Amino acid sequence: MTELRAFSGKVHLRFSEENATTQKAPATSGVPAQAATPPSRAPLGWIKRDHLVYVASIASLILLWHLISTTFFKPQFFPPPLLVLQTGREMLESGELWEHISISLQRILAGFLIGSAIAAPVGLLMGSIPIVRAIFDPYVQFFRFVPSLAWLTPVVIWFGIGETSKVLIIVYTTIFIVLINTMVGVSHIAPNKLRAAACLGATPVKAFIFVTLPATLPFILTGMRLAMGNSFATVIAAEMIAADSGLGFLIFNSRLWMATDKIFIGIVCLGALGLITDRIFRYLIVRFAHQYGPIE
Amino acid sequence: MVEDFLVARDVSYRYAVRRGVEPVEVLRRFSVSLTEGEFFCLLGPSGCGKTTVLNLMAGFLEPADGMITLAGRPIRGPGIDRTVVFQGDDALFNWLRTIDNVAFGLRMQGVSKDRRYAVARDYLHLVHLDGQENKYPGELSGGMKQRVQIARVLASDPKIMLMDEPFGALDAQTRGRMQSELVEIWRKTGKTIVFITHDITEAVLLADRIGVMTKGPQSRLGAIIPVDLPRPRRRSSPGFGEMWEHINALIENEEAGVS
Repeated sequence: MTELRAFSGKVHLRFSEENATTQKAPATSGVPAQAATPPSRAPLGWIKRDHLVYVASIASLILLWHLISTTFFKPQFFPPPLLVLQTGREMLESGELWEHISISLQRILAGFLIGSAIAAPVGLLMGSIPIVRAIFDPYVQFFRFVPSLAWLTPVVIWFGIGETSKVLIIVYTTIFIVLINTMVGVSHIAPNKLRAAACLGATPVKAFIFVTLPATLPFILTGMRLAMGNSFATVIAAEMIAADSGLGFLIFNSRLWMATDKIFIGIVCLGALGLITDRIFRYLIVRFAHQYGPIE
Repeated sequence: MVEDFLVARDVSYRYAVRRGVEPVEVLRRFSVSLTEGEFFCLLGPSGCGKTTVLNLMAGFLEPADGMITLAGRPIRGPGIDRTVVFQGDDALFNWLRTIDNVAFGLRMQGVSKDRRYAVARDYLHLVHLDGQENKYPGELSGGMKQRVQIARVLASDPKIMLMDEPFGALDAQTRGRMQSELVEIWRKTGKTIVFITHDITEAVLLADRIGVMTKGPQSRLGAIIPVDLPRPRRRSSPGFGEMWEHINALIENEEAGVS
């Protein structure tokens, strides 16, 4: 519970002040901050004003959604939030929704992790060794402009309609984002760091492992966060490949039945899952990798 | 004390600005000879190529002509016998704690963890950073960061410390304290120091000898001035003002004269 509190404290702080020095502090900010402030000033304890603004912002969007959908549209064209909620509950109870969510998450995570595992080392090598960059750069610069959607048909022909194709599509999306961020990270290493390492006796290989890699880590992690977002977008494309499950399938298939409420369930779930995974990812970075440098 | 310890002989260096433009000759026939254990300040106006000299000595750059030798052996590439204290704090490894920064050189040489931490603690003590070993560079002040850099290069036990305006970014108060501490460290460790500065006062406070560079491009060593004032020195020490004026006049004449 304390962990959860600390986490939510971080989340709200990140919104108000995106800088490195505040990132370490909030872990302890929950309770002590309350104790330090006179009770009259903080009647809500650890709930800060930003929390309320956050909640109010979400509430007004839902209200606006309700007003617009009930005023101008028929429910089947723009389902109001209550209808979506009700459909969502039914789908949850039948287990249908959870099945879609878990299969999509599995595809996203597999593609995202494989893509990152390929892109980070290649990006590091491309950034550090001119000949490697010369070899791979034309491909990177060419294929990063080709959206994964364009590959749907060839990928199905080559790899079949199974999980492989779906994961590959997400791998493809992830690779270029992580790779380019990693290369940028390598080029941003202060030359003095590498020079210091060299005069302290680091061979080029050791300088790569002990300086280039840790110095680039914040960029790799930022690239991974961005790629995570794109993986969520791409799962729709991936699940257009003859899928019979997943949120992409849910959204894509529901259009056949004009089940707009289910489409909205898919949309809301994608957004919420993306938000949650991003927060978890960010929390892990702050928790375990804060010394490598600020994120954002 | 070995004379002709670090020797630069007729060193020239050219920077290629960009394609199609004649390269700029930063140094032309730069020569200097240092004695082992001396504190040598290289003084000159901005842009005269002081840092280029240091980078050549460190082995980060290669001379176009001429050669640099250390104890008779030509310098080829960076080496742990010549470690550099950089001006900016971006040379520290910000993901490593202070003690790991200081122990980095020993780690590269495969020294065991216990041993290198023991050595690192000794040098942290020498630079008055006891109790700071678990902090990250981002949590230290500018002066403390430069102390970490000094401890880091000393922990590798180099023959020469090359210092590139290490106190240039510090406030006057801190700079003054760092200057006297550096002299103290130099006395305790007996290292040869090449210290780059554009501040005449700093050079007179620190150096055994001051090498004054001519205005760039095509700089060389214009004059070598032995500073025989007794240590510890203060700005108010007898002879300090005269020495300062003497060097200042040298530099002004150099700048007035059309090269």
